[in-house]
Order: sequence, then structure tokens, then C-alpha cells
Amino acid sequence: MAWTGLSIGLDALSYGMVLFIISIGLSIMMGLMRVVNLAHGAFAMIGGYLASFALKNAGYPLAIVLAVLGTIAIAFPLEFLLYRRIYRKSDELTQILLTIGIAFVIIGVANYILGPTTKSIPLPPLLSGPVDLGFRMIPAHRIFVTICGVCTAGLLWLLIDRTEFGIRLRAAVDNGDMAESLGIKTQILFSATFALAVGLAAFGGVVGAELLPVEPFYALRYMVTFLVVVSVGGAGSIPGAVAASILLGLADTTGKYLAPEYGEFFFYLAVILVVFLFPNGLLGRRH
Amino acid sequence: MSLRFGLVGAVAIATAWMSPAQCDTIKVGIIGTMSGPYALFGQNFKYGIDAWVAKHGSKVGDHQIEFVYRDEESPNPAKSKSLAQELIVKEKVQYIAGLYFTPDALAVAPLLEEAKVPMIVMNAATSAIVEKSPYIVRTSFTMWQNTVPAAKVAKARAAKKVAIAVSDYGPGIDAESAFKKTFEADGGTIVQSIRMPLNTTDFGPIMQRIKDSGADMIFTFLPAGPPTLGFVKAYIDNGLKASGVKLLSTGDVVTEPDLPTIGDSGVGILSTYHYAVSHESSENKAFLADLIKAGAKADDITMASVAAYDGARLIYKMVEATNGQKDPDKALAAVKGMKWVSPRGPVSIDPDTRHIRQNVYLREVVKQDGKLLNKELQTFDAQPDWGLAKN
Repeated sequence: MAWTGLSIGLDALSYGMVLFIISIGLSIMMGLMRVVNLAHGAFAMIGGYLASFALKNAGYPLAIVLAVLGTIAIAFPLEFLLYRRIYRKSDELTQILLTIGIAFVIIGVANYILGPTTKSIPLPPLLSGPVDLGFRMIPAHRIFVTICGVCTAGLLWLLIDRTEFGIRLRAAVDNGDMAESLGIKTQILFSATFALAVGLAAFGGVVGAELLPVEPFYALRYMVTFLVVVSVGGAGSIPGAVAASILLGLADTTGKYLAPEYGEFFFYLAVILVVFLFPNGLLGRRH
Repeated sequence: MSLRFGLVGAVAIATAWMSPAQCDTIKVGIIGTMSGPYALFGQNFKYGIDAWVAKHGSKVGDHQIEFVYRDEESPNPAKSKSLAQELIVKEKVQYIAGLYFTPDALAVAPLLEEAKVPMIVMNAATSAIVEKSPYIVRTSFTMWQNTVPAAKVAKARAAKKVAIAVSDYGPGIDAESAFKKTFEADGGTIVQSIRMPLNTTDFGPIMQRIKDSGADMIFTFLPAGPPTLGFVKAYIDNGLKASGVKLLSTGDVVTEPDLPTIGDSGVGILSTYHYAVSHESSENKAFLADLIKAGAKADDITMASVAAYDGARLIYKMVEATNGQKDPDKALAAVKGMKWVSPRGPVSIDPDTRHIRQNVYLREVVKQDGKLLNKELQTFDAQPDWGLAKN
């Protein structure tokens, strides 16, 4: 029984980490820039597609880097032409209409150019196949994904809490006009943060592809899940997103193991309970 | 999309305008998944029909046959029903065909008798569909038809304890009942029976559960599409394959377009199905060549194309029998008991159930000349739909 619990815990942790890596970019956008970016899933999907393409000629680590940079490159014109107008000021309806429109366009283009089938992101031999932990076998990539998640969380925390960039960013978020008058170029800060959020989405899209397979409808299929992670964790909070991802991963995985026929019941039950008890998310700030 | 509909409409009006009075056009409405996650199968309907038309011409006697396509997109009964209504009322189609999903086929069924329009189901695989109207005939397969042989294979391969994992919807439950009934009647034990929600993508916990149950074989069915891949990968990566648990499925889990993505670790997976693209016969060879001519890519061909090809054959036969008149009873009578050699092997339309009787093959994923394919190992001759035959 204890082994079963541990085994569920491991599956939950790795699934939660995939959710975390993808959702944290969305959380940053929502918490720091007040943009509800419904095209976030689409950027994760673009990352997956680029990696699948890059893997035909490059190794896995290089493909990840190319996918992240490529996605940022694709997203940049969108930032310049569209997103820049909706940072912080515009009303939610404009944001939602704009970003979901972008998501639809990306789905349509992906479906047209790349076809409706799932694209594979073949793992290197080191990460594919099972690893024997003694009490159970676990796919090697799940361990890899967990490590990726932990590193991402740590580095992000350092970046936002401990660097000059983080201090400026938080200043710009708390009072944009004041920051601007102190000589902080908020526009550049926001563009950089947007690139960071998109890059994280792409990274998550690539390393999470085993659990969330890449196909054109990825962009909307998992969007609800990502939004749920953000609202349960509290927008903009890194520890909040970690806690929410693990909690939701645990609810989903336990439900699937013990009572698969209930589908996502336990996942949403956990969501309802948390949001009921913590209306701003587990560690969210009141706005 | 609306541009395409616009063009189809414009062409339809133009042809109606220009065609002389004595040469009539008979319209056939095809409802298929032309876009969306299952677009591959809608395209396969089109390839199959185009291949038939390319070979046999677009005319039956003096009657020009025109196929009008509509997009069912996803399991969406309300939409499929309104598409069928539009085809019947506005396009005045004499036949409806296609239908990838069971719920969609069931939604269209009640319209047929009143409109006197026969329907040729080219995929939807729940047994009960043909019972919903006397005007339905099916050229695809049913879950029972493909699963009963699977249970026989499990027995023959000395499986003692089987875990069943199926998608939680009509065909999945059909597959579960068919396997359970057949396997238990043969003295086997089902240790675990899991119904997985259709949108499951993380199969790790389910694999763990199967492993804990001590099963020596898994029988599974998921509809062909993105989730099948995740299931097979989870089976391999969670160490079930390495520890000797066998995987047996219906062919939906290992459709040919998915095989390259499953990769070499898929070698050895057993499945039972009515059609393998690699089926060896002169009819299949010619059929594949015709599909490629019709614009299909060799790696995109699935069972939906052969069902559409044979469906088009039935439509031509019906038009011929009724001489282009709207007479569904006569049309149905003409195809009941019809026998021919399809690219998948010898088939016939069961006169009682109006479902296709066909060989079901046991296949194994193998690598031949660097290409993964489903190699046929064993043939179960002329299988009826066991789901309907049981009554």
C-alpha cells in the first residue's frame, strides 16, 4: 500500500511538473502584466512542432534550445504588433478576444501546413524506456521532466526575486508610471517578460510532449488545465504555481489510478475546493 | 471553410443550370471529419470515393453521380443532424454516407425513413446503429466483429489473466463486453476492467494499475487518433512490455499512419482488424495505386478509405437498381446479400443485419525493409457482426 502511494506520488509529481513548466509562463503574464493570454497553449504547441522538426537533424538538447528560440522569434512580431497594446491597461474582453483569435489562427495554420496527426518528439535513448526504481518501473523521461520542473522553478525564483531585472520588473508592475519616471524602460521590460513567458511555454511544450501530445488542437485542448493551474496557484506566484501543479497532478493521478471511470472529476473537485477556500489562489495576491 | 462551401455551392448551381434535362444528377451527401483532430479519416473517405470514381466513372447509366461533402468535425450529434437535414432539404441528396462517429450516425438515423434516403455508414462502429433504421447499411466494421476474434487469440496464446482498458464511450463498451463475454466463455479470467475517459492523455497511472493487477495480457481499444499513441508509449515506458505483459488490441490502436510515431518499440504488438494496408492481394495493390492517383499519400491511408471505396460501390449499385429514382426499399433490396471481393478480402452484405460480413485478420507489428507495418498472421473467415448475431 505504501509502495502504491509512493508510486502514485511519483506519477503525480512528474505530471504536475509538466503542468508547472507550461503554466508558469501564463501565470507570469497574468500576474505581472495583467494579460490573460489564451494563446499561451498555442505557443507551447509551436515549441513542440519546432522541436519535432529540429529533431530530424539535431540532438535533443539542441532541439529544445532551437524550439524555445524559434517560438520566441515567431511570437515576437505578435508582441510588437498586438500584445504591446494590451499590457496592463486594456479591459479583459479585448484581451480575451485578441488572444483567443491568435490561438485560432495558429491552430488553423498548424492544421493546414502540418496536418491533423500527432507529431512525435522522439526522446534520446538516455531518456526513453523504463528505469527500474526497485519497487516500480518509471519512464525515464518522467524523471527528466521532474528535474526540469524543479530547475525551472528555482531559476525563475532567482530571476524575479534576486536579480536587478526582477527588481525592475516588480517595480514596473507595482507602479508603472513611477518606475518609468525613475528611468526604468517598462516597455523593454515587458517585452522581455513576454519572451520569457513564451519561451517557458515552448520549453514545457517540448519536454511535456509525452504526456500532452503535440497536434493542432493542443492549443485549446489543454488551455483550461493551464488556466486552472494559474487560478488555483494565484497569478504571478511561483511557489503558488508549484503548489497548484503538484496538488492538481496528485488529484488527477490518484483519481485515474483509483477510479479511472470518474474522468477528471477529482481534478475539478480539487479546483472547486481550493478556489472556494482561497479565492485568490493558494498564494495569490489580492488585486 | 465558407469559401469552400461557397465554391461547392457555386459549382452545384452551375452544373444544375447547365445540365440538359434528360441527363439527371444524383447527389450523394458525405458527412465526414473533414477538419479537426480526426481530419485524416474524413480525407480517407474522400480518397476512397475519388479512387472509386476515377476507376468506374462518374456516371451510372445516364445518371451523373455527384458527391457533396460536409464536415462533422468531431463527435457532434446536433451538428451532424443539421448537416443531414441541409443535405436532404437543400441539396436534395438521394443518399447519405460517411459518418465517422457513432453518436453522429445515431443522430442522423431518425431522418432517413421520413426522407426516404438510404445511409451508408463508412465508419461508425457501434453494433446498434444498423438497427435504428431499415435504410442503413454499413461497409466498415463493428467492435464486436473485430473483438471476438481478439478474445479467441488471447485464449489461443494461453493468456490466463487479462486486463481490459477501453475508452469510455459506445464502441469502447462494445469492445469490453465482446471481449469479456467471449474470453470468459472460453474459461479465461478478466482481472481488471478499466474505462478510460476519451480525453485521457496521461496513461501512466492506468498502466500502474494494470501492472498491480497481475494481468499477463492487456486488451485495449481506443479510437484511432492522438490518444492511442500515448497508450502504447505508456505501456512500453512503464515497463509492462519488458516484464512480459502482452498487448492485444483492435487495429484502431495501431493504424498505419501512427506506426512511425510509435516507433520500433511497437514491434510485436498484436491486433485484430478487418483491413491492413499491407494486405496482400491483387485487388488491394490496385486499390492502393488508385488511392495514390486520387491524391492520397501512402503513409496516410487508413481503413476509412476502403470502407468508403466499398460504400461507393454500394451507392452505384443502388442507383443502378433504382434507375436513378428515389426508391429506398428497392435500393436496399439490391445490396442485401451482395457479394464481392474488396481490397480487404472477400466480403458480403448480411441480408438480415445490413452489416458487412468480412474476414478479420490477426496482425503483428513488424519491421520490413525499414518500414513498420501490420503483418497478417491469421485469418478469421467471414465474420458477422457478433454484436447483432448474439440476439
